[in-house]
Amino acid sequence: MALAKLKADTTAARLSGVSLPDGAGWANAARADALARVQQMGLPTKRDEYWKYTDPASLTAADPPTAALFHNDEGPLFDAVDRVRIVFVDGVFDAAASDDLSAEGLEIERLVDATARDIHWAKDVYGVLEARGQVPVERPLAALNTAMATDGVVIRATGKVTKPVNLIYLHKDVASDVTLHNVVKVEAGADMTLLETGPAAARFSKSLEVEVADGGAFHHVRAQGRDHERRAVTHCFAKIGAESTFKSFTLTFNGVLTRNECVLEIVGDDAVAHVAGACVGDGRDFHHDDTVFVTHDAVNCESRQVFKKVLRNGATGVFQGKILVKAGAQKTDGYQISQSLLLDEDSQFLAKPELEIYADDVACSHGSTSGAIDEDALFYLRSRGVPEQEAQNLLTLAFLAEALEEIENDALADDLRDRLEGWLSRHS
Amino acid sequence: MLEIKDLHVKLEEEDKQILKGVDLTIEPGSVHAIMGPNGSGKSTLSYVLSGKDGYEVTNGEASLEGADLLDMDPEERAAVGLFLAFQYPVEIPGVGNMTFLRTAVNAQRKARGEEELSAADFLKEVRAKAKSLKIDADMLKRPVNVGFSGGEKKRNEILQMAMLEPKMCILDETDSGLDVDAMKLVAEGVNALRSTGRSFLVITHYQRLLDHIKPDVVHIMADGKIVKSGGPELALEVENNGYADILAEVA
Ligand SMILES: Nc1ncnc2c1ncn2[C@@H]1O[C@H](COP(=O)(O)OP(=O)(O)O)[C@@H](O)[C@H]1O
Ligand SMILES: [Mg+2]
Repeated sequence: MALAKLKADTTAARLSGVSLPDGAGWANAARADALARVQQMGLPTKRDEYWKYTDPASLTAADPPTAALFHNDEGPLFDAVDRVRIVFVDGVFDAAASDDLSAEGLEIERLVDATARDIHWAKDVYGVLEARGQVPVERPLAALNTAMATDGVVIRATGKVTKPVNLIYLHKDVASDVTLHNVVKVEAGADMTLLETGPAAARFSKSLEVEVADGGAFHHVRAQGRDHERRAVTHCFAKIGAESTFKSFTLTFNGVLTRNECVLEIVGDDAVAHVAGACVGDGRDFHHDDTVFVTHDAVNCESRQVFKKVLRNGATGVFQGKILVKAGAQKTDGYQISQSLLLDEDSQFLAKPELEIYADDVACSHGSTSGAIDEDALFYLRSRGVPEQEAQNLLTLAFLAEALEEIENDALADDLRDRLEGWLSRHS
Repeated sequence: MLEIKDLHVKLEEEDKQILKGVDLTIEPGSVHAIMGPNGSGKSTLSYVLSGKDGYEVTNGEASLEGADLLDMDPEERAAVGLFLAFQYPVEIPGVGNMTFLRTAVNAQRKARGEEELSAADFLKEVRAKAKSLKIDADMLKRPVNVGFSGGEKKRNEILQMAMLEPKMCILDETDSGLDVDAMKLVAEGVNALRSTGRSFLVITHYQRLLDHIKPDVVHIMADGKIVKSGGPELALEVENNGYADILAEVA
């Protein structure tokens, strides 16, 4: 079957009988535009170049797959951190379980409330950054998200906010198929931290659009949940202004399918954009894909991509990372590293690092490695009495440490490190 | 303490015999030294005793206080009291020295059914022991052996030995790469651990370490076998005349 026909059929099947959420106001137009983008691009299939390593079939299927719930006695992440908790249960905002949405220096609203208003700042971001991010590579699932999102939050940071906002995504229904969309605007000189935690749903599509104005700072720390059978496709689109900072870190443990796309566009001079991820994959059905696209369109900016994956028992990890330096984006400092630790010969890591540079005064480097556990280090630890599995866990944590170091806030990093340690030892 | 009988070892991957019948008995509280030319199998002996992969025991046995070592995993051998100070200590990026020490101490205690050391007690002990080996706080914080000088690595081995309090300590060329002061420090560290219930097997090329750590018995190893044993005077003989005479004499 020709690819065009295959895509058209996939798209038609997915959209058949689907109607857009009927909000009010400006969102209807944004959704209709997004739907038009979906129809024009067509949904992805595994024959698309950008989906060569990851089969999107279960993400595009009209009948969503189910996912068993994962029960554990772990308390919530970041529980000791003073934060604004915003809870979604299978994609539906739960006011009773959430904190008051008012916080010093922040304006937080539910997406449905923001879209109901005639005039709202979010109109200039919702679907707008996503649409910008469709060039030069199409991301039809992100457009589908913009069209279909039923809930989410819009957050505007107007000051330096120390208290993080924590979006907590609980998964309670084995058949939940959820589309959430969040929008963040960090105003000039403002500063905020967004945390996202939890498995969310059996099938989860989530977008985050972030605009960081000049001199602003946005910190993002995410832990994707442990439910073994869950599937997720997430997109983060960021537009990064002059002298601003964008830093995002994601920890993934479990989930049969995860595709995290991060699309960063640096539009102002002297800005810094970092994106990092650590993942532990276990089992033949585990598939984790980080797809990153960083565009430098300003002078003297720094970008950094640091991705580490530990894969065992036949797990698959994917990294597609690109740095695009546009003409005139001089003094760009771009760095990209993707590494995997393969704990057995059945596991695999597929990496496609790319640089595309149209400026002459830049320093860009990228590297990708796959390696096994260091047998000498393992023996050294064991010779001191550390049991094999514990020694392997120590070395695994050490391998992931470099990615975790990308998190600026030590309390958050320590929480994730502790959790990871627990996960690794319980798993063994 | 340590009893080795007719130990034959070959490489697992190659048809190469390295140890060709080693016999060695070390009594509790005694210090034995092994000297011998490069490539005679000294490090191999220490690795096989501590359980490193890649070697195949084709004959013979080795036991510690009657327990068959060769049947155990490396961590079990450590828990029953065997310790090897490596000729080439391994660097482990990302694992802090302190975390490593605490994990090791507590893992051994757990394996022996003892209570784990509290964080405070551990810290107190490690600080005192580190101080006597001139290991500063920074070295304790850094990743295991990463960026350590040769001498620092060897002192770190002795610190681990001091913390783990093994019964049978094997030191593989702990003196190589050390200047005189560092060697004294290491020797003092070892001597501080000498006791009636603890034995040492010191592998070295040089008499000078044995000036500081006085052996009861000296063995000469050549081509995978112990070819001669004697008192401390044997080490002096090697120092003065090299191995040629001894090897000619036993040939
Ligand atoms: N893993 C190995 N692979 C190949 N050769 C080895 C290995 N281990 C030891 N050997 C060989 O065995 C012999 C003894 O080595 P070693 O035990 O290191 O001697 P020593 O410590 O006395 O210098 C040498 O010829 C050495 O090359
Ligand atoms: Mg040697």
